[in-house]
Amino acid sequence: MRSFFRSFFSFYRDGFRNMPSWGRSVWMVILVKLFIMFAILRIFFFPDLLKRNFDSDEERSRYMIEQLTEKPLV
Amino acid sequence: MIENIELGLVDWSRAQFALTAMYHWLFVPLTLGLSFILVIMETMYVRTGSDEWKKITKFWMKLFGINFAIGVSTGLILEFEFGTNWSKYSWFVGDIFGAPLAIEGLFAFFMESTFIAVMFFGWDRVSKRFHLVSTWLVAIGASLSALWILVANAWMNNPVGMVFNPDTARNEMDSFRDVILNPVAVDKFFHTVTSGFVLASLFVIGLSAWYLLKGREREMALKSTKIAAIFGFVSSIVVIMTGDTTARTLARVQPVKFAAMEALYDGTTNAGLIILGAIGNGEEIDGFEQKEMLFKLEVPGLLSTMARGDKDAWIPGIRDLVYGNDEYGLMSVAEKMERGVVARNLLMQYRQSQEEGNSIAADEIKERFYSDEFREEYFRYFGYSWIESPGDVVPNVSIVFYSFHLMVGLGFLFLLIQALSWFFIFRGTLAEKRWFLWLSLLSIPLAYLASQLGWIVAEMGRQPWIIQDIMPVTAAVSHISTSAVQTTFWMFALLFTALLIAEVSIMRRQILNGPKIEEE
Repeated sequence: MRSFFRSFFSFYRDGFRNMPSWGRSVWMVILVKLFIMFAILRIFFFPDLLKRNFDSDEERSRYMIEQLTEKPLV
Repeated sequence: MIENIELGLVDWSRAQFALTAMYHWLFVPLTLGLSFILVIMETMYVRTGSDEWKKITKFWMKLFGINFAIGVSTGLILEFEFGTNWSKYSWFVGDIFGAPLAIEGLFAFFMESTFIAVMFFGWDRVSKRFHLVSTWLVAIGASLSALWILVANAWMNNPVGMVFNPDTARNEMDSFRDVILNPVAVDKFFHTVTSGFVLASLFVIGLSAWYLLKGREREMALKSTKIAAIFGFVSSIVVIMTGDTTARTLARVQPVKFAAMEALYDGTTNAGLIILGAIGNGEEIDGFEQKEMLFKLEVPGLLSTMARGDKDAWIPGIRDLVYGNDEYGLMSVAEKMERGVVARNLLMQYRQSQEEGNSIAADEIKERFYSDEFREEYFRYFGYSWIESPGDVVPNVSIVFYSFHLMVGLGFLFLLIQALSWFFIFRGTLAEKRWFLWLSLLSIPLAYLASQLGWIVAEMGRQPWIIQDIMPVTAAVSHISTSAVQTTFWMFALLFTALLIAEVSIMRRQILNGPKIEEE
């Protein structure tokens, strides 16, 4: 089992070490993209509104029912 | 509620979602199709043991890797938007929409990501057969990812297999089987995935044509074209067949979209399919623009045949669907609006009964929400309670009509290119047909255009609904400031454009290098 994990680890390690230059460029783009997405956009610009504004699912449900029934009908 | 939401917020939120979805879709179809082309090429290598096939496979795999890496996780931004811009929608459908997306994330994406490492790092580390199996699993994993996303999208177009819970204000899945075997999902999956195969085949044919025009990499270009042409031709046939079944399903579950695709305003028997046509400005009557055809060239009876399998079948037009048609048993939008109001009033009564502590009345109302009769006759039209005028259910006919016809026209052009590529290869004259090589190269951007047009037809055609008949987009959007949405819209435009430039420039360098240049 240990040798499996060791060869698994060395497979990835050698793969990254021997990566051609285009592979390095691509990884750089991936890392920058993920940083922008998760460290900037997600945190500062895209909060989960219902999660942020309410403490429980019960409150969220109540808010939604209010929203769905707010408009005066007939 | 609707009165309190400015249209600018809805429009900007829609524009933002469209922008991110369309950019995301620039990366996806190539991944879907090129992965299977790699499977065929690598199979040739494993069967023949030829180094030429290995080199060919590795070259296209490099382009696949660049596209996959740049595109991966761009779809997650759509999920961010669900939580922020479309929070009410997310809550309303969360249980149903969340399940396929969770399966996609846990199963298909991980399978794809695990074996992609073997594809790139494992050439000299694992056996040929294990490597080939990994390439197969990446291709299958990519299509499975698409399956779950498309199941979720199909549910928005044809909501089935759910029941509305008035306590939580959420729709809950009551039949996973109905959700996954939703006829829209089945059609959409095969049509979308095979259209990705067509795009990838044109990508390979087009780039191979460029090498032939430059007088470079002749053997690789001819062999690649041969594989891509056969694969693409078969895929194009499947796209046409699934387009046909899609039309039949749409005619049944989204008849307004179907009528808009043909700009059919008045129902008719022996309805023709327009091959070429132009629509005029029209005039606004009853709150929607009613247009007339300036000219059209059509195949009589073909639309009826596509939709109902009978050339004499009656196909409803937009006016029939808006005003209703007693002769053919079509309910008017006005009647649906009344039923939607009944459903919404009942929800209001349920809320009041609970607030007043009248548990007997509340239990009775809740029982109604779960009854088949109420679900079929009233809740099915829940979204119509937000509709202010019957004409509001008509999408932008010009956009849907032209997008649909351009997509279909391009689809047949692609079939011709794939067939001719095959023919010229067979005759041994492909490299001399410079006009055709240029056409093949031009087909790459056209394939991307057709792919985007397909989504425009699907998504613009179902407006004003975010969930067909159950919830309009105006009811789904979050109360946030328009300027916040505008800011993130431009941020996304910038981010995605930068990603696209990165992809194109890294890929361009590798294409210029070609397969003969050894990697550092």
